Amino acid sequence: MASPAVNPALDALRTLPGDDVRQIMWRFADRYDVQMLVQSARQVARGPVARLVAAGGRNDHDWTPRKAELLAAYDASGITAAFMEPEEGGFISGPKNLALALAAFELAWVDAGAATGALAGFLGLSPIHEKGTPEQRRHYMSLAVPPKPGEERKTWRAAFALTEPIPYVGVDTGMLSGRIRVAEWQDGAEPVLQVEKRGRFITNMGFASFVTAAVDSGDPRIKGSCMVILEEGDPGTFDRGTPTRKLVHQLSSTTDPIFSLRVPASRIVGGYTVKDGVIVPNFDHSTIIEAVFRRTRVTVGVITAAKLLSAIEPVIRYQRNRFRGAEQAAPGSIRHDLGIQQREDALHRLVEVWATGEAAASLGLSTARLFDELDPLDRRKDALLAAQGIAGARATMKWMKLVERSALEYLDLAARPRGAADEARFRVLGADEMVRFALLDAQANVLCPATKLWDTGHGATVLREAVSLMGGYGITEDCPGFLGQKWMDSQLEATYEGPEAVQRRQLSVTMTAPLFLAQLRGWARELRHLASSHPGTGACALASAMELWLWTVTYLAGATDADGERLVQPARQGVSFKLADALAWLCASRAQILDAVALADGGAAALGDALPGTARFLADLCHVEAARAAGEVGRICAELVHGYNRHPAWDEEGRRACWSAVDAEALEGIVAGLAGCACDQVEGEHHPEKEGPCASCRGITDFARLRVKMDGCLTGAMLAKDRAAEALAHVMIPEALDYPA
Amino acid sequence: MTAGYQIVVLGSVVPDPLQTLEPVATPQGPALKNEAMLPAVLDPWAAHALFEAANLAAKVPGSKVTLVSLGPKAKLQQVMMAVAQKVPLELVALDGPAGGFTDAHEVAVRLAAAVKALPGLDRGRLLLFGGWESASRGAGVTLQLVGERLEIHDQFQGVDQIAVQAGGALEILERVEGGKHQVSVVAGPPAVLGWATGSLPEPKNNPQIGMANMRQVMPALQRAPAAPVGTAGVEFLSVAVPKAQRETRIVKDASPDEIARELVEWISQD
Ligand SMILES: Cc1cc2nc3c(=O)[nH]c(=O)nc-3n(C[C@H](O)[C@H](O)[C@H](O)COP(=O)(O)OP(=O)(O)OC[C@H]3O[C@@H](n4cnc5c(N)ncnc54)[C@H](O)[C@@H]3O)c2cc1C
Repeated sequence: MASPAVNPALDALRTLPGDDVRQIMWRFADRYDVQMLVQSARQVARGPVARLVAAGGRNDHDWTPRKAELLAAYDASGITAAFMEPEEGGFISGPKNLALALAAFELAWVDAGAATGALAGFLGLSPIHEKGTPEQRRHYMSLAVPPKPGEERKTWRAAFALTEPIPYVGVDTGMLSGRIRVAEWQDGAEPVLQVEKRGRFITNMGFASFVTAAVDSGDPRIKGSCMVILEEGDPGTFDRGTPTRKLVHQLSSTTDPIFSLRVPASRIVGGYTVKDGVIVPNFDHSTIIEAVFRRTRVTVGVITAAKLLSAIEPVIRYQRNRFRGAEQAAPGSIRHDLGIQQREDALHRLVEVWATGEAAASLGLSTARLFDELDPLDRRKDALLAAQGIAGARATMKWMKLVERSALEYLDLAARPRGAADEARFRVLGADEMVRFALLDAQANVLCPATKLWDTGHGATVLREAVSLMGGYGITEDCPGFLGQKWMDSQLEATYEGPEAVQRRQLSVTMTAPLFLAQLRGWARELRHLASSHPGTGACALASAMELWLWTVTYLAGATDADGERLVQPARQGVSFKLADALAWLCASRAQILDAVALADGGAAALGDALPGTARFLADLCHVEAARAAGEVGRICAELVHGYNRHPAWDEEGRRACWSAVDAEALEGIVAGLAGCACDQVEGEHHPEKEGPCASCRGITDFARLRVKMDGCLTGAMLAKDRAAEALAHVMIPEALDYPA
Repeated sequence: MTAGYQIVVLGSVVPDPLQTLEPVATPQGPALKNEAMLPAVLDPWAAHALFEAANLAAKVPGSKVTLVSLGPKAKLQQVMMAVAQKVPLELVALDGPAGGFTDAHEVAVRLAAAVKALPGLDRGRLLLFGGWESASRGAGVTLQLVGERLEIHDQFQGVDQIAVQAGGALEILERVEGGKHQVSVVAGPPAVLGWATGSLPEPKNNPQIGMANMRQVMPALQRAPAAPVGTAGVEFLSVAVPKAQRETRIVKDASPDEIARELVEWISQD
């Protein structure tokens, strides 16, 4: 044979992971509806979207006709209808969190603004979808679904208007200035409302035909806040406002609109009742927003994740081709074949980008799947409460506490050996849908903000690394894969739908829920188990980091700073926000490991003899990421545990903690080596040149033990990184990117 | 023509053309490096045939399009996620190797048997479509061999157009030299049409069509029988990429004239 017989080293990564790999990892191998959506969205992304970006379509703040053409492409390809139920004109039945997240993933692979443009319509519809009355749902979904072949009508587009001009709504969503008043209310007739709302940075507003707007009562005859549906064509002013001069996501439309409109009270999202002559909306704006953001924020995280993963192929190609054609890089030479990939740092950094992308995608998509499981349970819970006549926040909370108690009991039973009686109880609780609801709800409360926070915030930082791997090219419009734009765009992903501060604030409340903490302990056990069944994923290091984090949370709950002030209290964001950051690292790394294990366990049929190499590589990426997560957790926990104690000084009290050199020497004669245990020694009146005696670890030796253990768990992490780097230098990539640049 | 045509399209998968295609020897015979891991697409020639088939079927009420594919089942399934969204079709899948090295005679035996076994097959309505060659092997023989096995003697190759005439006869345009077409008229089915590019654009994905197709496509994939075609005992002594170096560039905004000029320049080098 002229060509060498190739028996690829059995455990080398051969090609970039394709659809077959992703479907198994992200658990949609059995969902052809979702697979088809992925293909459709990909075709739109790498076709019309990419061509528009390449043609400079982003260099314009206005909503241009060419940008508007994308809406038709989203409609034709099924992206728009993916949000709807089959009976509403959609094609995916059941919960759609994963499906929409994957559609966003595909669009964002090329341009995140396109993803945002496609998703903002869903955001505008979501208040109606989540909390609207059945009539509202039917009406607006049927308007927003694209026409079927032969049907002649325009597709209605939605926008979501919460944010208001400064000084009103931003991070603080309670600071509403939008007002709703009764304009007309004739006996027995539906009240007519006057709505005044100014929006800031409202996506889709350049073309939206209706808006769901958050407003507060400006009238004693209306109770509290609500969301209200405003249509173009309602009497009054529907002013789209000026386009926002965005530096990012230019393929979506954003403006600052002004509304002053008369609408019937039936436009209040979720309906209302009349009590003693007062209109009482069934849902205040916060309840609706919480229900909406809870789901949509996950997708935003997935958008950044897609961009991180999309960076790998263009960077590899750039690195390999960097010197080809130069006199000094003759074909066959290392410089010709490997280019920049002969340099370890370039490979190591790319490994980090890839590992971050994997973790971000796994976290986002697993959270989307969790919502797919949670959504129907949530609705069944609502039905159950209604059937039992339980209404109002307090009664619901009481009921929830009981369910949570059962869920905690279930977790307790799950964690220990069970006798026959325990086993029976365990099964009963395991089959209880409401127990399952409580467990998932506690997870979702953490995983949603963790996804938004980590994927977009940390993702933005790592995208900068990806850009720098392309050198000067990275920050030009010509950079293959549009990496410069993707980096800049991620700052918006970290901001809209609640900036990082909002996610940290939410995490700081939900992460200490007993039901979550109990599950986190379970996660740590599960990771130890995986570490033994699937060694080399970093699962053990991650479990140790989880234990360190759990210890720190418990310790800080009872700790005070040097002035005796409690460390855990709402105002102390310096503590709670940092713990939230650390937890997000843990969640991301765990999700990544679980997906890699899913592939290792279930990939044989699809991948054949390519499985070991692919699984090995993905496990190595997990290991790299777990080590990084452990490092972050260790750093953050150490700062919090030690950082609020005042450093001892060379004062009287400080010196008492020291040994004198003479004493130490004398003791050394009695017990050899004992002097080595002393941190500080003073000789006569002289002390060494440093800030003061070393701080003691009294009371926190457990922390030191856990941290040292965790550090030890990093064993092998750099070997994993070296292996992954080696794989990156040899993996086969396509000849060219499959979208223009 | 009352009942419409039974249009059977023969076509399988080939590696996505952007991939690096490097021939290698494996214990099972020659193959492309990492072939199983490369993303695949429907063979472009067969794809033209499929889109033309759907176009014809849409014009003649009662017609039906069946895609008969011999290829690795897992790859076929991936490709169907896009293809099945484009046109209404039924799939008959045969699970076996597809690629440039399998023997055309062996493949033709399997395909002919699969066509013969189609329920309700009516030679009086049968149009056998396919590519006039394949992107993985430009021999251009498989379709003819299947046609011979099915005893269909009206065969056309390099087809770019088909039109149904008033009396039911079919006018067919085949490519000949110099950008010209040879026009033939055949009284009606059965006929074999090996398509060149035709003239239709690739239809956009439509998930509604996809969902309708999938109800039949998924079970068809699941019950795909094994079709282990080989190289008919042919021993390949050497396999190599053609000498010419492949240089792929993606250029935006180039006009057809510029592209043509560049191609002419490139061809006239040496
Ligand atoms: C392109 C674009 C599109 C958008 N689309 C929409 C849309 O469609 N609909 C919509 O309603 N809105 C939209 N927004 C608005 C977006 O959601 C807000 O910008 C975002 O929520 C932040 O509000 P703000 O800009 O007022 O920031 P601010 O509230 O001023 O916050 C600024 C910063 O202050 C700090 N901070 C503020 N509060 C706290 C706190 N409590 N604790 C700790 N730190 C804090 C944080 O660092 C925070 O990032 C969009 C924005 C942009 C840029």
